Amino acid sequence: MSAAHLHLAVALDGAGWHPAAWRDPAAAPKDLFTAAYWAALVAEAEHGLLDFVTIEDSLGPQTTHLDGPDGRTDQVRGRFDAVLVASRVAPLTRRIGLVPTAVVTHTEPFHLASAVSTLDYVSAGRAGWRVQVSGRRTEAAHFGRRDIPELRPEHIGAAEPPPVFRELFDEAADAVEVVRRLWDSWEDDAEIRDVATGRFIDRDRLHYIDFEGAHFSVRGPSIVPRPPQGQPLVTALAHSRLPYEFAARSADVVYVTPHDAEQARAVVAEVRGLGAETLKIFADLVVFVGEDARNRRARLDELDGAAYTSDASIFTGTPGELADLLLDWRRAGLDGFRLRPAVLPTDLSAITRGLVPELQRRDAFRRAYRASTLRGHLGLLRPASRYVGSRR
Amino acid sequence: MKQVILAAHFPGVNNQTVWSDPASGSQIDFASFTHLARTAERGRFDFFFLADGQRLREQRGRIHDLDVVGRPDSLTVLSGLAAVTTHLGLAATVNATFNEPYDLARRIATLDHLSGGRAGWNVVTSSDAFTGENFRRGGYLDHSQRYERAEEFVRTTRELWDSWAAEDLVADPVTGTFATREAGAFAHRGTHFDIGGRFTVPRSPQRHPLTIQAGDSDGGREFAAATADAIFSRHGRPAEGQAFYRDIAARVAAHGRAPGSLKILPGATFALGDTDAEAQEHADHIRRQQVSPQTAILLLEQLWNRDLSAYDPEGPLPEIDPDVSEDRSIIKGRAGMYRDRLKTAAEWRALAEQKRLGIRDLIIEVTGRQSFIGSPARVAEEINESVQSDAADGFILVPHLTPTGLDEFVDKVVPLLQERGVFRTEYGTTTLRGHLGLENNG
Repeated sequence: MSAAHLHLAVALDGAGWHPAAWRDPAAAPKDLFTAAYWAALVAEAEHGLLDFVTIEDSLGPQTTHLDGPDGRTDQVRGRFDAVLVASRVAPLTRRIGLVPTAVVTHTEPFHLASAVSTLDYVSAGRAGWRVQVSGRRTEAAHFGRRDIPELRPEHIGAAEPPPVFRELFDEAADAVEVVRRLWDSWEDDAEIRDVATGRFIDRDRLHYIDFEGAHFSVRGPSIVPRPPQGQPLVTALAHSRLPYEFAARSADVVYVTPHDAEQARAVVAEVRGLGAETLKIFADLVVFVGEDARNRRARLDELDGAAYTSDASIFTGTPGELADLLLDWRRAGLDGFRLRPAVLPTDLSAITRGLVPELQRRDAFRRAYRASTLRGHLGLLRPASRYVGSRR
Repeated sequence: MKQVILAAHFPGVNNQTVWSDPASGSQIDFASFTHLARTAERGRFDFFFLADGQRLREQRGRIHDLDVVGRPDSLTVLSGLAAVTTHLGLAATVNATFNEPYDLARRIATLDHLSGGRAGWNVVTSSDAFTGENFRRGGYLDHSQRYERAEEFVRTTRELWDSWAAEDLVADPVTGTFATREAGAFAHRGTHFDIGGRFTVPRSPQRHPLTIQAGDSDGGREFAAATADAIFSRHGRPAEGQAFYRDIAARVAAHGRAPGSLKILPGATFALGDTDAEAQEHADHIRRQQVSPQTAILLLEQLWNRDLSAYDPEGPLPEIDPDVSEDRSIIKGRAGMYRDRLKTAAEWRALAEQKRLGIRDLIIEVTGRQSFIGSPARVAEEINESVQSDAADGFILVPHLTPTGLDEFVDKVVPLLQERGVFRTEYGTTTLRGHLGLENNG
């Protein structure tokens, strides 16, 4: 891989990231809950040689409110389990990485480790995971096991967030640690099939993980043998110090949301300052791409009744202009970008058929996949199990 | 004539699955799952079935190392199989003890959408603190409560599945309504779950994906009669199958359900040959592979509940009696198999003496489990006879080999069942409920 090549991912969510995207003439709102819809999107992303797609998820419906449902009926509501969507499209694709979102707050790390391992098997080494924390009271009420205080706007990005949020991220870090230990808990060569001794596995190459934390303890080992990539890719979205710390400690890729090149430089410095030398930093951008991008955006804003705002910067322009922006921002030290298509499939095909050729012309993006695994696309080696050499 | 129901069980993690055979492939690569699922679909099977486990078994305090071990997350691998099959039902065993209704209902409903109405859920429970060591809450559930919780779990899951009416998903770009204001609203207040809010998955093709139940206790049978669509039973032989069938039918009626609304599907293994004699030889060969000398000792230990590693697998049974203490089990992560250890041990001793069997040969004799041994014609006839005589509604077939263990059955037995007019030659429906002739709740 050329050092000059940047990494590109797309974030898939519903009909696209603009809340009125489903009303665009190109959208297929009745198809959102079909396998064919997701298969077509991921195939298009693979056609564009992208590193990976992410698939959004949450343990509650989409909402414009921070803390729970907003009662709106004019925006996409409803979601599939993202891990299963990724697994459904895996056999239909060959190279592209598949990174579903999965919440750690109300789920079992043991189950998450198994599910992502399994996705890695189904996709032959293309699995990742976006770790998501749920801080909503309303989502906690879907489980009825814990109370979470109300999330308020002033908490977002606050220098000193309420203690519960530190606790949620500490719990998330514990969950990732458990998952990573479980992935390592079978050494690669644990299956021996030794007819002479009658042993299928060498039990000395399986390991208890014996994790003890504030929220849970997990004994191990995994029930799924070590996945093809060894460690599937762990990713996280982060907007402020607390999640930066979480990402630096736990993730392989962090998605950040600067609004210009200068901010990007500051964010990269802050994240790198946390000791995350090998962490890949991707900037998130919502994108309306094409000659008619400005008009499309205006039309959708009108349909939604408000100008679209986002945590990430919103780009509107031609593929050439987007390529200019990405190459400019990249100089801030970014490894790549996760583009959020405003309308699906329109802005996705504008990325794969407009932006990608433009970047290729500038020798800034691959012309063919060089690797077959997601770690491989990012130039990450397959790590050895941390337990190799530690025999009980 | 009753139509036979057939399901394909991916070979499990026990000594029935032979790994020492040169034809034995990977138990974890997706290609193995694809092969078995496509074979089952080629044979027009009703569904594909996956077992589950959440903790590796231990014996004598160490991880059990003699059997096939290592398996995928059920729902995740089935979602992948939905991409490489078109009609085959996809049923996952998922534990109701170590999951929560909201998350699991989402995952099963998602699979039902992604497979076009082919999802099934085999509900199992666990009260096992050993398995609980891998989960947040640990072994928190008293044994007596497990079906109570399971029943409330299933009920809650169906409430979640019902939280979207078919018309709640509008998606009309002209009027600008995507979903109704009520879409997904639910509230459940019960003994085990007190939850409320909004469910994120619209009504799925089957509305209620198929539920299967596998426990055999009185509580398990009641649970099945009250809520399940199918039972994965262990009563495959004609006489006991008929007794079980009558028992369940009475319970189903007592719950006010229609006859035939609960399908009874014993697990079954098979050994085929061109002639009956050849099949018997094949069965004997499989049994010897299933019970290696080391496995023989471990299986004996499971009855004796003692470390018998010093015994010769070819030698006689131990003189010493089984350890019957309740609180100490030599095996962990597997349900107890023997109710009265001393009685069973006495029977085994008598049998060993009578037939002059050493430990391994005795174990082969007493744990042999092939339900159907014979030529394809004989096996087809026995399966059909079991179904027509109400010993079963069909079978969940458990091949002894991964992943090719079903090939011969599909090539040789299925056509004979089709010739008899008791098994479909083409799928008539696209949903799992449709295949089983159960009302599609959608």
